[in-house]
Amino acid sequence: MITIKNLHAKVEGKEILKGINLQVNAGEIHAIMGPNGSGKSTLANVLAGHEGYEVTEGEVIFEGKDLIDMPPEDRAREGLFLAFQYPVEIPGITNTVFLQTAINEIRKYRGLPELSAKEFLDLMREKAKVLNIDSSLISRSVNVGFSGGEKKKNEIFQLLMLDPKLAILDETDSGLDIDALKIVAKGINVFHNDNNAVIVVTHYQRLLDYIVPDFVHVLYNGKIIKSGDKNLALQLEKEGYDQLIKESTELESA
Amino acid sequence: MNTQKNIDIKSKYLKDFELFESKLNGQSKSYFHSLRKTAIEKFKTAEFPTLKDEEWKYTNVKPILQTDFTPAVNVEIEKVKSDEASKHLYGGFDFYKLVFVNGIFEEKLSDLNGIPEQVVVKNLSNLSNSDWEKLKSYIEKIDESDNAFNVLNKAFTVDGTVIVIPDNVILEKPVQVLYLTGSKTAEVLASPRNLIVAGKNSQVKIIVSYQPLANVKYFTNVVTEIFAGENAIIDFYKIQNEGEKAFHIDKIDIVQKGKSVVSNFSLSFGGALVRNDINVLLDDEYIENHLYGLYLATDSQHVDNHTFIDHAKPNCESNELYKGILDEKARGIFSGKILVRKDAQKTNAFQSNKSVLLSDSATVDAKPQLEIYADDVKCSHGATVGQLDMTAYFYILSRGIPADLAKSMLIRAFANDVIEPIKIEALKEQLNHQILQHLHSKDF
Repeated sequence: MITIKNLHAKVEGKEILKGINLQVNAGEIHAIMGPNGSGKSTLANVLAGHEGYEVTEGEVIFEGKDLIDMPPEDRAREGLFLAFQYPVEIPGITNTVFLQTAINEIRKYRGLPELSAKEFLDLMREKAKVLNIDSSLISRSVNVGFSGGEKKKNEIFQLLMLDPKLAILDETDSGLDIDALKIVAKGINVFHNDNNAVIVVTHYQRLLDYIVPDFVHVLYNGKIIKSGDKNLALQLEKEGYDQLIKESTELESA
Repeated sequence: MNTQKNIDIKSKYLKDFELFESKLNGQSKSYFHSLRKTAIEKFKTAEFPTLKDEEWKYTNVKPILQTDFTPAVNVEIEKVKSDEASKHLYGGFDFYKLVFVNGIFEEKLSDLNGIPEQVVVKNLSNLSNSDWEKLKSYIEKIDESDNAFNVLNKAFTVDGTVIVIPDNVILEKPVQVLYLTGSKTAEVLASPRNLIVAGKNSQVKIIVSYQPLANVKYFTNVVTEIFAGENAIIDFYKIQNEGEKAFHIDKIDIVQKGKSVVSNFSLSFGGALVRNDINVLLDDEYIENHLYGLYLATDSQHVDNHTFIDHAKPNCESNELYKGILDEKARGIFSGKILVRKDAQKTNAFQSNKSVLLSDSATVDAKPQLEIYADDVKCSHGATVGQLDMTAYFYILSRGIPADLAKSMLIRAFANDVIEPIKIEALKEQLNHQILQHLHSKDF
């Protein structure tokens, strides 16, 4: 699905990613964990094509295509989706108009006909049901007046609507109460199948109780310092990052 | 040199007035013409503003004074077909229709059927003696300006819109007024004058749009007077969509009585050189006033917005929101003054001006002014200038939406709080579309 090799990236002249290597295959869920400032969100934003981040080295191959020079809208059309840590409010543009525009632009890119109004509305109803989203929320402007939890839910709603090949979830669990967390996790599990993949960027293990990862990676200081299975997340929950960080810095200086 | 030019232009307009008078015949003794005569007398001594005037320091009117505009009364009448006029009207809702060509009423293009008895919705030159009687207490009371442009308007006014809503009457259908201007035979000066009087407990919605008949140079010099009686509710939508070579100078004076609510929308799209003046007098208690402004300008358009709100009495609220989107070499100006007089305790006055610049060559000047003489008031103002929100831009792109559409969405989002309060849904939709169209065609 996606192959990241020796990825280096800068923001405002400061190197944040210092050589990331990661391979994600169809059907897999990967969790990327790490303390604050380790580069988790940077990685998510770089993959989605945020122009504030400059890739200085390395390559990212997504479904056989080089992503580095691809504009963000084309990455989305190729099937990459980023659920934002801080979803943006767009006054005056309703969720319906926003999603209809997005879906039809993606379909156009793939040579598919536009969805009819009825097909679109049916799809919207079906996906809203998964997340218990009220229809009044859908007719409102994108994220305007939404609570933190509603915004995160709306990201997952967009994920279900756009149905990408690779979903990158940037701290989707932060700020969610347990009920909202369960609904968001349910949405992700409904989305996930053998043909797509999920990268969950998270600070806490909590979300991973509901979305079981195949692999867990620990990011520290711009590099993946350890990879393992779901047990690694449990270990981190118990022991914290300190021990791992200590080991990795000792390894590096050795 | 400038003075020399001004003197030339003055004697030119004085000559134009003589020609105009000579054509008047029987009408030269009318009440209205006596007003014009007073105005032309004032014009003789009035000064056109220069950059030295504090209120005009950002707007150089020289290009207007250096053009030999012909007052519409002295220009051959343009034939306009009704489908041509309809193209310029906002649709999708019922309305009473007044259409003017070069500031002169076109009965054939208008439709005033079904106006309730006692309600006056007419063109100025068609007022009866009894209509004038009703209006005498308002005429000369609201607009007292001696600015050369304003007196020039009055001197050459032959027509305009007059709306008088009697006490306790709610005019359900909005009134839509269309001013089409431009002539193939001359550089025309249109001088329409609008007077709106809403009686006690009355309600009315008015849409006035200014649009080009042809893409030629012309000058619209307009004055609008609005009087809101006790408890009256007026929604006034001014849509300035003049041609790209046009000059547009507009002054709106609003006087409000107790508990009245006036919402004024000033939406500026077109014109080469545009000046929008709005003066509001809150002349009683518990008044609500809303000024919403939007100015979109590109190429080398110059749009100057001046507002003045006079809180003369206690317990009133004014709420002002102006937003600008400037591209290419366009220049936008917002100058907003709020005066809270000593008596005006418990005043709530809010003012906000925000602009975004879409190009490095676009400029904006913001001059918010609060002058407060009362001590128990809540007032605030703020002005910001920035670029489009890049995080939001990335968010929209990341959903597969193309760059130009993403920018349009952001502009739409930026303008939203000015457009959202529009109560006529169909109008709101068309204006939204117009906002996107206006800048979408450009590669910014």
